[in-house]
Amino acid sequence: MGFLTYLINGLSLGSVYAIIALGYTMVYGIAKMLNFAHGDVIMIGAYLVFMCMSNSGLPAVVSIVIAIACCTVLGIIIEKIAYKPLRKATNLAVLITAIGVSYFLQNMALLIFGSNPVSFTSVINWEGLSLAGGQLKITGNAIVTIITCLVIMFGLMWFVKNTKPGQAMRAVSEDKDAATLMGINVNATISLTFAIGSGLAAIAGALLCSSYPNLNPYTGSMPGIKAFTAAVFGGIGSIPGALIGGLLLGIIEILAKAYISSQLADAIVFAVLIIVLLVKPTGILGKQIKEKV
Amino acid sequence: MKNLNKSTQKLIISILVIVVLYIVMAVMESTGNLSSLMSGLLVPVCAYSLVAIGLNLCVGYLGELSLGHAGFMCVGAFTSAFFSKAYANTIPDVPRFILALLIGTFFAALFGFLIAIPVLRLSGDYLAIVTLAFGEIIKNVINVLYVGIDSNGLHVSMKDMMSLGLEPDGTLLVNGAQGITGTPRQATFLIGVLLVIFALVVTFNFVNSRTGRAVKAIRDNQIAAETVGLPITKYKLIAFTISAAIAGVGGVLYAHNINSLTATTNNFGYNMSIMILVYVVLGGIGNFSGSLIATVVLTMLPEMLRGLSNYRMLIYSIVLIALMLFNWAPDILKFRADHGLTSKTILGKIKKTKEVQ
Amino acid sequence: MALLEVTNLGISFGGLRAVDEFNLQIEKGELYGLIGPNGAGKTTVFNMLTGIYKPTDGKIFLDGNDITGKKTADINKSGVARTFQNIRLFGDQSVLDNVKIGLHNSFEYSTFSGIFRLPKFFATEKEMDKKALEILSVFGLDKEADILASNLPYGKQRELEIARALATEPQLLLLDEPAAGMNPNETRDLMNTIALIRKEFGVTILLIEHDMKLVSGICEKLTVLNFGRVLSQGETSAVLNDPEVIKAYLGE
Repeated sequence: MGFLTYLINGLSLGSVYAIIALGYTMVYGIAKMLNFAHGDVIMIGAYLVFMCMSNSGLPAVVSIVIAIACCTVLGIIIEKIAYKPLRKATNLAVLITAIGVSYFLQNMALLIFGSNPVSFTSVINWEGLSLAGGQLKITGNAIVTIITCLVIMFGLMWFVKNTKPGQAMRAVSEDKDAATLMGINVNATISLTFAIGSGLAAIAGALLCSSYPNLNPYTGSMPGIKAFTAAVFGGIGSIPGALIGGLLLGIIEILAKAYISSQLADAIVFAVLIIVLLVKPTGILGKQIKEKV
Repeated sequence: MKNLNKSTQKLIISILVIVVLYIVMAVMESTGNLSSLMSGLLVPVCAYSLVAIGLNLCVGYLGELSLGHAGFMCVGAFTSAFFSKAYANTIPDVPRFILALLIGTFFAALFGFLIAIPVLRLSGDYLAIVTLAFGEIIKNVINVLYVGIDSNGLHVSMKDMMSLGLEPDGTLLVNGAQGITGTPRQATFLIGVLLVIFALVVTFNFVNSRTGRAVKAIRDNQIAAETVGLPITKYKLIAFTISAAIAGVGGVLYAHNINSLTATTNNFGYNMSIMILVYVVLGGIGNFSGSLIATVVLTMLPEMLRGLSNYRMLIYSIVLIALMLFNWAPDILKFRADHGLTSKTILGKIKKTKEVQ
Repeated sequence: MALLEVTNLGISFGGLRAVDEFNLQIEKGELYGLIGPNGAGKTTVFNMLTGIYKPTDGKIFLDGNDITGKKTADINKSGVARTFQNIRLFGDQSVLDNVKIGLHNSFEYSTFSGIFRLPKFFATEKEMDKKALEILSVFGLDKEADILASNLPYGKQRELEIARALATEPQLLLLDEPAAGMNPNETRDLMNTIALIRKEFGVTILLIEHDMKLVSGICEKLTVLNFGRVLSQGETSAVLNDPEVIKAYLGE
């Protein structure tokens, strides 16, 4: 039974990674940039939910909606101010700017909320299920997290496939210039991608802190890096890849913590990533692109 | 030949500037005109400069983005500190430090080499994320490493101190997350400056040698490089290994400047790798002297802004974003070119006014 | 024995058969042309000859040695050099350094003597400079030795690419559309240059070309590719009068 519990915890953590990884993977697919600040948007989202719930006493759902709205706006603003002017510059320049934005968000949070961690109240007020005569307990947090992740994932896949803006996103990720010639508004499409990614980050923040309630200005940093790893793992640019990468990463991390060593869990996660990339250099679902001679 | 002479002149000027800066700082320190915070930063600045030079070799000349150079710094720091502590009472100070320097550099190079073999099969962002992963693994493993020595020899464990089974007379050398304490503090500002100059000369000579030309050719056009008969993997390995070795020298310097050496996210994790990358990019990719200037200015900047207390890191981040936009955004670059605001025209104006005077 | 002997060479990309049953024999000292409409598989043949693509079938012999599927760098070492249709210079390095990179395998000193500037470094670099300038002067590029390769005008970039290829001391030189993008005057100069390097370097040349004037002017033999297959092969005048070839080029 212990193994099943770990597996479910792993799936739950993996679901959070998958939601964050979606933000990375969509932005990478469209703007070809590593948005290092994405993890910090998660932290901002979690703080917003915390403020609404614990300080203003709003219900959880309302708090999350407010956080999603604020993070969406934040994502659009960041893109407009910091990334858009650099769209035609080298990748490295955008990467460093993203790092600057990450520092900015962390220090902003540090100024407003202080460096002491706050204790996050779970947004899910449900004990969960008790199966097999109480031997297997599944927390409400885990169930809601996993379901939310699946809903978001399939929703997005449907959105990208069947709606006009979704198709525009695919076109822009394939070839920006050709998309422009076809009359697609590339700037609006990129903004939309950042908006969706940042909105999802707010949800990820709320879910992450519901399971791991220790919230401080650096909370988003490590999960951000790991979710990025998950996105690469699954094949960056691919939405189902983010799901598979996120879930696998979460499961490996929890199992490694349980059975091998809690201190070495991160090292094991990264080692698995390295092995996967060496066997399949573009990730599990990634596409191989060769230079034409 | 002319190009070589011109760049040699630049190198000599850079070294002269470093020497002058060293003298100024040394005089200020001895006359008590340097705040303790500033003087505490002198050796770390040299250490970061070394890592930046190493990383710039990788990013600027090999053309590959590494987010794991803090890992090589970490290897250099821990292997050298381990050696210095283990032989603290058996080898005299000077030869021991020289040996520690060689050992730290060697192991950083070895790790660089071993990691490069799989990593260099990848490219672009995939390579970047794998170097980040390796850096994190190095940091993580060191955090669970316990090493002690007694009359029976070395004891190593990855669980806890107790599992070492040390005799009562034994000493604990590496204590897991507490790292290594009591490394002799032998790194001085002078040693740091000398090492930086040495690294500058080595990298300069390297990129202007037969091997360096091959490395640059591979960066510029790998397929063309193959068709003129260059063994790609060999030269990539050489460049990456040297790059890691120089980062390792930075680690040795860093370790011998502090009493208690631990591997945390901030000093050896991806945060450090990213901080160094910021120096490299702001200083100019492929420009070693630029890396030095950026390292010195950006390390000192937060300290100089200390009066602004909590706002200093916020200002730092805003300055960073603004600098990137100012130097890289195509629209802003065009505006600067149209209004005579490029660094070249500004430098030209300064020269002219000087001549007039 | 022929310098280059290719038998039944073929390659597939997925389901697409890009080149099929390609045979070719080039004697030492010949100037050979490979022509054909766009997409006929000419550059693909070059990519197989230089090891950039691994052929699915067939064999390639250079001077009697099997070089099929070898690594690109090793094929260069055994004596094949090439240029590219879309010029591939080392743009961030000087004209001189581009040629010196071509000389890389003919001159040697260790990385160590490079880093620590041992006497071997200075001696070898001096010899390399001399040799590189010698090659550049054949193309009249020696005056531009210190310019960045990417700053050269287009026609000179093509010539520099040939100079770099020659620096590797090849037996066989493959030129991929050397006259592409040149005006008639430049093309005429190029024809003279090709004749000159053939004499000066004693190298055998296989070239891909669209410019019929250039082909008929300098090539002794031709192979015509169409849809990945050999349409016609032999003496230049005979091939150009082959009705099949005229049909492929002009349509029915």
